[in-house]
Amino acid sequence: MLELREISAGYGHAQVLRELSLSVAPGEILCLLGRNGAGKTTTMKAVMGLLPLISGSVWLDGQEISRLPPHRVPQAGLGYVPQGRRLFTGLSVAQNLEIGLRTRGSGRHVRDEVLALFPRLRERLSQRAETLSGGEQQMLAMARALCIEPKALLLDEPTEGLQPSMIDAIRQVIARLRESGVAILLVEQRVDAVLSVADRVVFIENGRNGETMSAEALRKDHSLIDRYVGI
Amino acid sequence: MDLGPYILLATLEGAVTAAVLALTAVGLSLVFGVMRVVNIAHGEFFMLGAVIAWYVANGLSGHPATGFFAALIIAPLLVGVLAMAVDMTILKRLNYDPERTIVATIGLLYILQQGALMTYGPEARPVEAPFNTRIALPWPEWGETGLSFYYPWGLSTTSYKLAVIAAAALVLLGVWGMMTRTKLGLVMRATQADREMALAFGIPVERVYAMVFGIGAGLAALAAVLIVPIQQAHYLMGADPLLLSFIVVIIGGLGSLPGTVVAAIIIGLSDGIISVFFSPTLAKILATLLVGLVLVFRPQGLFGTRAA
Ligand SMILES: Nc1ncnc2c1ncn2[C@@H]1O[C@H](COP(=O)(O)OP(=O)(O)OP(=O)(O)O)[C@@H](O)[C@H]1O
Ligand SMILES: [Mg+2]
Repeated sequence: MLELREISAGYGHAQVLRELSLSVAPGEILCLLGRNGAGKTTTMKAVMGLLPLISGSVWLDGQEISRLPPHRVPQAGLGYVPQGRRLFTGLSVAQNLEIGLRTRGSGRHVRDEVLALFPRLRERLSQRAETLSGGEQQMLAMARALCIEPKALLLDEPTEGLQPSMIDAIRQVIARLRESGVAILLVEQRVDAVLSVADRVVFIENGRNGETMSAEALRKDHSLIDRYVGI
Repeated sequence: MDLGPYILLATLEGAVTAAVLALTAVGLSLVFGVMRVVNIAHGEFFMLGAVIAWYVANGLSGHPATGFFAALIIAPLLVGVLAMAVDMTILKRLNYDPERTIVATIGLLYILQQGALMTYGPEARPVEAPFNTRIALPWPEWGETGLSFYYPWGLSTTSYKLAVIAAAALVLLGVWGMMTRTKLGLVMRATQADREMALAFGIPVERVYAMVFGIGAGLAALAAVLIVPIQQAHYLMGADPLLLSFIVVIIGGLGSLPGTVVAAIIIGLSDGIISVFFSPTLAKILATLLVGLVLVFRPQGLFGTRAA
């Protein structure tokens, strides 16, 4: 269970998150929806300990991870697929995975399992990360995060700029992760994609909690979507 | 002496300069590449290496080789530990901000320099080379009897100078191996690529930074120990290596280790050759001019991949 308890955070003097709370259960996909600049990426950075919290706390399976130094947070079992991929450039595909495997000392079998999910990466192990195609880079960003065998996974726009077949592949992986009991916090721009995969949706506006509801209810009533992410 | 042997002699002198310069500049480049810190005090770590070498060599009695080889280990270690302390107490507190760390390392430059003046004093002092055999070099001659060799008067080097070149090459290979083949190197390169993502994957970035700053300073100190039997230790000796290292790092491409080594060889050799035939001042002028040209026409450096 990943839990954010009234977290406030920001950059320097500019506060972005204001007492934001949410929780994701194991095997659940919670989607964070909001306009550009609402604070979705900031939320993920704050959870990862990459931004200091002004107040509030973050818990993972009963452990207060917001008290840990930043590099200990992933070691507690938190995987992160950042917006814009942010692979380790200059390193090969295999080395990018190696960094993920080292995070929590995952065994070799984890690497094989991950590569089974993304067979295209297996053919490109010695290729430098920055020379992969956009879709392959996104796969590597996912694979790298899965190498730490996460209990909870933060996905920031994992299908940004991908063609439909690639989006399908990524979505299937996400569905399989849910089945295996990972708690997934997902940020997505495409509302249709969100509604087909998410269990619950939390709206975020100006760094504050908006409504929370089940994806099913939202499918029937689009008015909230228009209110929070419409133009 | 004919022109040919004369050029060989100049090249050998240049190769010694290049070897020492490559070590120093790789230290600077490593720190800039991984930490994005421009270390203005890098030349003072070089100077400290030489000064410590003098203290060690003088403190130990017996064969000069004993003192020298002890210095070769002790000086880089001490300087490396000092640099790690500087990283943890000063640079970390500044959050590795690019501008503020420049100001901080300028301050450090004066502290180290004046500290050396107050303790070691204003004299230049030599450290004896561990071995120093003069080696006359042959030059080929095509005569009536076919190819033969003779020993032109003045064409010679010393066993120590050759050893400096070999030692620098070995250490550089070691650094290359560390960066490409070890876990520490992998972690350092990941941190260089993206500091935030390194943290998000469990890399203790602060410890990596301390390590890199220590290794960078240690390389400068090692270079200084190698050169001090040829050049003498002096509290102001850090200025030239700092300037030349910056020239080399800019020409080679900021943060690129192979580029740094190639640029060090170009600058070192041309420095040696131009100094022998013309004057050392002209050599510095031309090197600075080359930097200007590189900055105008290829700002990312000869081997750099992205504009810094
Ligand atoms: N490094 C930073 N320094 C200062 N302000 C920042 C920084 N990063 C983000 N912000 C600001 O914080 C606010 C929230 O940004 P954030 O990236 O969290 O938005 P987002 O919801 O992820 O948007 P998008 O949908 O465009 O990705 C924005 O107003 C942004 O300008
Ligand atoms: Mg975002």
